[in-house]
Amino acid sequence: MLRAKHKTGLVFFPAFDWAISPTHPEREERLLYTQDQVFEEGILDIEGIEEYRADLVTVKDVQRVHFCVPSVWDVMTESHFISAGGAKTIGMAVMDKRIDRGFALVRPPGHHAMRVVHGARGFCNVNIEAIMVEFLRQAYGIRKVAIVDTDCHHGDGTQDIYWHDPDTLFISIHQDGRTLYPGSGFMQELGGPNAIGTTLNIPLPPKTSEEGFLHITENAILPILEDFKPDIIVNSAGQDNHYSDPITNMNFSAQGYAKLTSLLKPDIAVLEGGYSIEGALPYVNVGIILAMAGIDYSRVREPDYNPDRIRQSKEITQFIEKTAEAVLAIWKQRASLEEKVRGNTKIAERKRKLFYDTDSILENQKESIMVCNDCSGALRIESSSSRGKNVLAVHIPRGACQSCKQRGYEWYDVKPHGFDLKLLQDRCEDKYLQDPQEQ
Amino acid sequence: MIIGLDVGGTHTDVVLVTDQGIEKEVKVITDHADLFSTVLTGLEKITDGIDHTIINRVVLSTTLTTNAIVQNKIAPVGMIVAGGPGINPEHYRTNSHYYCVAGSIDHRGRETEPVNIAEIEKIRDQFKKDGILYAGVVSKFSVRNPQHELQIKEILGESVDKIFMGHRISGKLNFPRRIATAFINAAVYPIHKEFFEAVKGSLTQKGFTMPIHILKADGGTMNFDSSLDFPGQTILSGPAASVMGSIAFSHSDQESLVLDIGGTTTDMAVLINRVPVLNPLGIQLDRYKTIIRSMATQSIGIGGDSYVRIENGKLKVGPERKGPALAYGGPALTPTDALAALDIMQDLNKEASVSGIKPIAEALNLSVEQTAQKIFDQTCGEIVGHCEKLVADINSKPVYTVHEVYEDYTVKPEKVLVLGGPAHHFAANLEKHFNLKVKVVPRWSVANAIGAALARTTCEVNLFVDTERGKATAPEENFSRKIPSDFTKESAIKIAFDLLEKKAVSRGADPGDLVMEVLEALEFNMVRGFYTAGKNIRIKVQVKPGLIHGYEQISKR
Repeated sequence: MLRAKHKTGLVFFPAFDWAISPTHPEREERLLYTQDQVFEEGILDIEGIEEYRADLVTVKDVQRVHFCVPSVWDVMTESHFISAGGAKTIGMAVMDKRIDRGFALVRPPGHHAMRVVHGARGFCNVNIEAIMVEFLRQAYGIRKVAIVDTDCHHGDGTQDIYWHDPDTLFISIHQDGRTLYPGSGFMQELGGPNAIGTTLNIPLPPKTSEEGFLHITENAILPILEDFKPDIIVNSAGQDNHYSDPITNMNFSAQGYAKLTSLLKPDIAVLEGGYSIEGALPYVNVGIILAMAGIDYSRVREPDYNPDRIRQSKEITQFIEKTAEAVLAIWKQRASLEEKVRGNTKIAERKRKLFYDTDSILENQKESIMVCNDCSGALRIESSSSRGKNVLAVHIPRGACQSCKQRGYEWYDVKPHGFDLKLLQDRCEDKYLQDPQEQ
Repeated sequence: MIIGLDVGGTHTDVVLVTDQGIEKEVKVITDHADLFSTVLTGLEKITDGIDHTIINRVVLSTTLTTNAIVQNKIAPVGMIVAGGPGINPEHYRTNSHYYCVAGSIDHRGRETEPVNIAEIEKIRDQFKKDGILYAGVVSKFSVRNPQHELQIKEILGESVDKIFMGHRISGKLNFPRRIATAFINAAVYPIHKEFFEAVKGSLTQKGFTMPIHILKADGGTMNFDSSLDFPGQTILSGPAASVMGSIAFSHSDQESLVLDIGGTTTDMAVLINRVPVLNPLGIQLDRYKTIIRSMATQSIGIGGDSYVRIENGKLKVGPERKGPALAYGGPALTPTDALAALDIMQDLNKEASVSGIKPIAEALNLSVEQTAQKIFDQTCGEIVGHCEKLVADINSKPVYTVHEVYEDYTVKPEKVLVLGGPAHHFAANLEKHFNLKVKVVPRWSVANAIGAALARTTCEVNLFVDTERGKATAPEENFSRKIPSDFTKESAIKIAFDLLEKKAVSRGADPGDLVMEVLEALEFNMVRGFYTAGKNIRIKVQVKPGLIHGYEQISKR
């Protein structure tokens, strides 16, 4: 009889009645054939694989991560409460040791959603992994978390949320930003002055195949994870590196995804993108589930799978070998890099323009972070969008030092302020304020 | 008039019911070694002195196929399984003559690898050599396209007596369960056929020509002819019989728990508005997870005769049964003895019970009476705990739409119906533990036979429409039709109901008494590129399990 080597939990939430728009890639049909394949394979009958019903996240769970403008209710749909809830359900089951590992096969996805949310970017409104991670930190007291994003698109939302957090190692492998949305995720993007090197980007050239992904995993990601020693590993398991994906240019496969999962051994995997809904998703998802459970997946392949046809070129192989060495080198030199970036700066600033492609919003941000030796630093964001809201957002991080805490409240309490909305995240007290109150 | 017969572990109960109530009831001892004579004796006794022309039908619920599987007294079966990409079907091996072969269909029903004819011909010859007469043929996604199963059947031809194909077993997606179910069908086919032909033969000899129906695990019936194609559906019909029997005494617009407390086990199920809650996939028997429709039931090893002892310093009840209670001259202490010691059951050998309780009372440092109460409380408490688990399981069934998450329908039983030998002694104490009203089913001792007699013929139809491919199919019904690209969900539901009606009537339903409902109606736009290429529609309809029309009076008498 078939038995899972690792007890594995699944939340399957295909949101069969939710779409961004009828012909949008993020539509009702997206996980239909995946469901068919999972059901027909009898995966939910396997001893040691358990299906859970998704819980809903609370408004506070969202506030812990995001500054939602004008409010949480305005940027979330019911389906977002469920998909983030699905990730949370799996996270809790892992922390409670009811399962060894788990996979939230949910939609809509979340990894393009940043800390400030004016609307949807890259099909994402809120960051479902971050909502789960911050809940687990709050409820279970875990500290060090690694998030490995294997979606074909740069996980710029997750990067933004953890840019200043040295306790969260965020590694994104993705198709080179010069050739694909969102156009970011270059190797020199390494995190803020308090957290240099805990953001790592590994852009891969178009047409990278199994060899390349697995090489990067074994020679860069795994050694770095081993060194970082996270309490949990989260995989943002996007599936659009597949050779048949309609909106990307990579050559990955179901076998490749399954092998990558076996190597990575994530405690929690959360589905992100992946839009080859017939030719890839059914097989990739089955491969990932079996790999997580420690069940033989050698026969999971696409009907038209031909490894020779999708094999990457020699040039790509050489390029990727160099990339792996470079990333590892950055990781090893992160302390000295951080020193260089900091110099004598007390408050580091950056200005950004962010475009929300899905909702056509342009946001202007000015960010200030306390450069701090004792904590990950109080963070102040001024944000205004083409929708006309002018917002002040202040984040006091977990374990903030006394002076950063104080600085955070000073920023928030400034009078007169001239903002349409002020928001405060006090992660030390798990307290979330806004002014004016709920509009 | 209808005869209902239910073979139980100890007794076989038979009733003759009319639209006015129970006309006659009989009990005979079940002889597990000779079920045929048990059933025949029961039928003889109930029909004794009855005019055979006034009996409309007889419904049988037996343990024949269940026992055959559990005791592994089954025919050799040849299995041919075509898996394609995915989990290696070798993991689902049911028996030694099990062959994994080439051939693959994808999730939309498209062939992605053909059947290898020479490979199947070789297996056919091997079957002949091995004397295999019954076969199961199952391919992955055959419920979307049965072409490979049909092709393999064609190649096997007359070399075997009977072939069970996966796509005729269920329209639901679950390849391993279709394999197990095809195997079970083939394995019990000869004994099932022989047994019921013999029953039919002896009834005919006595001048009885009424149709024979057989009870299924979902609490519905089918006629003998259709049972030959689905003999596996007769497994585990016993618990279903009791639940159906209690429906007669339950109220509409109410959610109730049904508990059948026996000597060895207690079976539980849930009724919503007089309809049993069904298991979403299928029933498990022994090591076989099947796709056979059944009630969502839970069975625990606690009953009136459960073995009571101290284990590791703690009081333990069941799951073994050593024999009858001490109070009945049995070998070991049981909950029944606690009832005797508490004077809840009288006219028994109370002294035997008390002397059995004494050593336990000493070990627990309690009085005999306190100990008896503790045994009784623990027995009831464990039953209640398992009921709560059953309800929690039903309520935690995952849902896949935003609408269902927010609707969040949960079952909350308001009432408990109990039946079975010790039921009326348990009722008052159960009420305390449940904190719900507990009612003893009035004709509890024959409720199972009543349930068999009055159960409706049930079945299910799954229709799959793919307008891009221009096809509506229900392989289980041997149905496939070309459809236009503007085909709608409403038309699909209509076709599904037509198929369901035809199926139900051919299985023995009264065309005037079909209670049909839509279980699922999903419609998806299939978008390719940036254009809608078609619609993918999935319809599931059923005849609800319930009691046949015209016999509602049964509860009044």
